[in-house]
Amino acid sequence: MTTPTNLKYTASHEWAKLEADGSVTIGITDHAQEALGDIVFLELPAVGRVVKAGEECAVVESVKAASDIYSPVSGEVVDINQAAADAPDSVNADAYANWLFRVKPANLAELDGLLDAAAYTATF
Amino acid sequence: MPLRTPLYDSHLAAGAKMVDFSGWEMPINYGSQIEEHHAVRTDSGMFDVSHMCALDLVGPDATRWLRHLLANDVAKLTTPGKALYSCLLDEAGGVIDDLIVYFFTAEHYRIVVNAGTATKDIAWMRQQLAGFNATLTQRRDGDGALAMIAVQGPNARERFWTAFPTARAATVLLGIFQAADWDGWLVARTGYTGEDGFEISLPAADAAQVWQKLLAAGIKPCGLGARDTLRLEAGMNLYGQDMDEGISPYEAGLKWTVDLKDTARDFIGKSALATRPVRNQFAGLLLLDRGVLRAHQKVITPQGAGEITSGTFSPSLNQSIALARLPVGVAIGSEVEVEIRDKRLKARVVKPSFVRNGKPIL
Repeated sequence: MTTPTNLKYTASHEWAKLEADGSVTIGITDHAQEALGDIVFLELPAVGRVVKAGEECAVVESVKAASDIYSPVSGEVVDINQAAADAPDSVNADAYANWLFRVKPANLAELDGLLDAAAYTATF
Repeated sequence: MPLRTPLYDSHLAAGAKMVDFSGWEMPINYGSQIEEHHAVRTDSGMFDVSHMCALDLVGPDATRWLRHLLANDVAKLTTPGKALYSCLLDEAGGVIDDLIVYFFTAEHYRIVVNAGTATKDIAWMRQQLAGFNATLTQRRDGDGALAMIAVQGPNARERFWTAFPTARAATVLLGIFQAADWDGWLVARTGYTGEDGFEISLPAADAAQVWQKLLAAGIKPCGLGARDTLRLEAGMNLYGQDMDEGISPYEAGLKWTVDLKDTARDFIGKSALATRPVRNQFAGLLLLDRGVLRAHQKVITPQGAGEITSGTFSPSLNQSIALARLPVGVAIGSEVEVEIRDKRLKARVVKPSFVRNGKPIL
């Protein structure tokens, strides 16, 4: 299991990465994909949707169960990873390369409230 | 303290992810559930099913009692080792459990019931034994405890014989739903996957060594996850999910297991079944849109609402499938809608059986 130190995390197992263009890329952690097992379906938010931090905005379904994904930050969804939706098992293969959606954050300070790698791994 | 089978250490050694199943600590998978599923469809896999409970029934009234206890009729079992699937009904015709009964002689049977229902079943059975000359002995723990290993898949029998060459002669001619004794083991040509194979009952003390030999013969360990997708594709009911005490066998797709041929036979639940209304039918669903069908999702049909009882992503069909209870009158082949979160997705109603012997049968 890997937990890169350059990312921010939520206790609900999402990761967030601030990009150079100011958007935040969001995915699920390696720990989450491992716990979910074989992922077979991704339901991603509509581009343009405005989400609040902690709001359910995607669903990851494995053979076993459906799991809600919560946006770590508030803002507008500006992009989704259609390639991952077309090949959901890619998230099992690499949960950090295969992100789910991008948000243009309304308040960058929300990122500071997220967990760092050490704090995240301490949650399980 | 969770219950553990004699193969607990073998599972850990094989890298199993363990979960609680009806109080038992069981393997959900050993890495990838989908790979395990495909192994059973294309080659062979093995499952520890020692959490299920074997019961031995012995006594002069054994046959008479089973004909009273079970909705299916053991009178049709005349060949030693022949097995029968049946529902155990309550007085109202609800399903207490589903089970397999093996006939050895008219005074000796083996019954195998589900793990989570065993205590309830045994209490019910003992109550029903009053006035009958027969004894029921559980074989799940204590002296005489059995382990059960299911080897399933098109190559499962061959690989079993590779591991145990001398078992071939005693088991090669076994027909479907037929078992034979081999060296104190009960080898049955039964299963819960829709594939060929054996279910083997053997002394618990030998289980780990036997598992190791089967592994060496190339049989892949498979967890409860793959067991569920395999049985769902095969259209086999799971007790507690697809039926329970609130459901009659007629609404669970199990009418074929209720034997009314001998009109003189009076079994528990028979009179209730004769008058109990049948409002629902058991059907399969094939999701036409993208998504995954799950238990308890609502199905919208022109005849009214139905409910999914088991749903999953089918690794063999690469599409989501489900078993569902739908109002009587919904036609096979028709299109219905399933409520998934805030959406209504299209699904086709099909017969509740999707894959058999490695091939789609839609």
